[in-house]
Amino acid sequence: MTGTLHAPLRVEFDYTRSLGPVLSRFMTGLRDRTIVGARASDGRVIVPPVEYDPLTHQPPTEFVEVGPGGTVSTWSWVSEPVPDQPLEKPFAFALVLLDGADTPMLHAVEVAEPSAMHTGMRVTARWVEEPAGHIRDIACFVPEDDASVVESGGFEARKLAPQPPEKDPVSGIVTPVRLDYTYAASPEESRFLRGLEEGRLLAQRCPKCHKVYIPPRGACPVDGVPTTDEIELPDKGIVTTFCIVNVPFLGQRITPPYVSAYVLLDGADIAFLHLILGADADEVRMGMRVEAVWRPREEWSTTIENIDHFRPTGEPDADYETFKAHL
Amino acid sequence: MRDVAVVGFAQRQMREMEGSPTCVELLVPIFAELFESTGWTKSDVDFWCSGSSDYLAGRSFSFVSAVDAIGALPPVVESHVEMDAAWAMYEAWVKISMGEADTALVYGFGKSSAGQLRRTLALQLDPYVLGPLWPDTVSIAALQARLGLEQGQWDEKEMASVVARSRASGADNPYAVVAGETSVDELLAEQMYADPLRKHDCAPVSDGAAAVVLAAEDRATETVARPAWITGIEHRADGQSLGLRDLTRSPSTAGAAAALGGSGGVNGVDTAELYAPFSHQELILRRELGLSDSVSVNPSGGVLCGNPMFAAGLVRVGEAANRVMAGTSDRALAHATSGPALQQNLLCLLEGRS
Repeated sequence: MTGTLHAPLRVEFDYTRSLGPVLSRFMTGLRDRTIVGARASDGRVIVPPVEYDPLTHQPPTEFVEVGPGGTVSTWSWVSEPVPDQPLEKPFAFALVLLDGADTPMLHAVEVAEPSAMHTGMRVTARWVEEPAGHIRDIACFVPEDDASVVESGGFEARKLAPQPPEKDPVSGIVTPVRLDYTYAASPEESRFLRGLEEGRLLAQRCPKCHKVYIPPRGACPVDGVPTTDEIELPDKGIVTTFCIVNVPFLGQRITPPYVSAYVLLDGADIAFLHLILGADADEVRMGMRVEAVWRPREEWSTTIENIDHFRPTGEPDADYETFKAHL
Repeated sequence: MRDVAVVGFAQRQMREMEGSPTCVELLVPIFAELFESTGWTKSDVDFWCSGSSDYLAGRSFSFVSAVDAIGALPPVVESHVEMDAAWAMYEAWVKISMGEADTALVYGFGKSSAGQLRRTLALQLDPYVLGPLWPDTVSIAALQARLGLEQGQWDEKEMASVVARSRASGADNPYAVVAGETSVDELLAEQMYADPLRKHDCAPVSDGAAAVVLAAEDRATETVARPAWITGIEHRADGQSLGLRDLTRSPSTAGAAAALGGSGGVNGVDTAELYAPFSHQELILRRELGLSDSVSVNPSGGVLCGNPMFAAGLVRVGEAANRVMAGTSDRALAHATSGPALQQNLLCLLEGRS
């Protein structure tokens, strides 16, 4: 088998952010199905409001309601939408100058074809059913002709009370972030993982300092040269250092307390993290001899999990002097 | 302040790299090439500085793994910016200028192909009102392109001319991932991708790494015959609110150019390597920089021929410096950009001394 090993990888988290007074005002407005801008020191109404005046750098104090209608000042056609954009089918991103605003805001416009878009066209906000205080409360903009409610002309910005709405202001936003990758192992890692599939532990020796690395790395971190000499290591070694896990966490597979340890295989110069079973947590010690307990052969694949855990061999402990350089 | 020069440059670019996003397998041969060309060893490098992105790699601390390529024992003095490595070079330039180091090796790397680049880059946007809409980089650039087109600031033919010239120049660049002769008519006959942009208006998604060697005064002159002296280096940023910017202009580029030192700043440069990931952005940059038609723009082909993220800005510096070191340029300008629609811009003036 050639080439590097690849696997899908998803990085996922909720981007959770608190809001200052200005963005809280904007998000609270969205929750209440209104779009709020702020007047800058030069008189312009900025939408969405920025937290500090672009000229004086002072927080804005005057807020006005704008939109929900406006005109497109520029647009681009998204022929191949990416996940989590406002629309799943092709759509336009546009800078929309809302009625009463002096700066345009970015959002999506839903039309069927790029030919239905033009600069200067009238659009209006389409709200989601249950606004929560987030920019996505506006599902997208739609051509005003298509909107169920059409704003009449002659719009004037409505000045709002200086204080934010008393009622339950929005104090934070949560944006789910999901990123998909094809993660590739390095050529050395790929050889190591393929070795594991055959029950072999493949390490590499630095041609310069002769240190043995497992898993092998692209380069010797001491010398910066590729580690080219491959050697196979036994599945026995020692515990160099360890910790007793007492704290439960999401996705934990073993009931605490259990021991996570750095295992230094015989002949290796770098230890790797694995699980120690077969001894009570308080019996595990530095220098303890351990051996790999492999899963049944039919379960093996290109993963370190082929080794279920390490267990004590009962041999005499290694002398501290023999492994102190590996701590 | 001491004089600092670029004395070495090496790069790798490809459409898709097989290996891991730490790019160690690209960096090891790049460093070896630089040790060969400078005659240095690891111990000659006082300071290491890199630019890369964990979001691009899809893993945390990818730059720490990349340090393996250095061989960091005994410990080295090392730093990292989560930006294009041109900004890492700025950090190294400051360090050497101030006498904290005599030499530096600056490197950048990125495996853009690991994820969906145009989507990943939405994470560089304001996280409150822009990021949650996932506006991809191509769409944002297209908004900018249309503004200029409809205001008559540039036209489709000018954009296609940028592409045609870049691809023709790229034919001589062994690292170009897209290159070759084409014509404006052929390009304009292609269909729209992100109307008003066609695919060729957008830099290709590419992987790669690059490194530049910097040295102060005597260290520079004893390393190469004709160092590329950094006689000016400036960077500026425009605001993060897209609606507050005039997207057809680049005040940060103009501001950096106005502040640039050297003998006359941008005036009189014979070569310019500009980081314009979209064809119309080169037109914006040329105007803001006031480059005359006699200036050789992007003789390497520029990023329309290959755009390894987080390295491509440093590649511009290296390409410009290479021409000065080779004696084919006396004054070359390198430009790097970061952020949406040319939000942040760095200029670096490189000069040869006879």
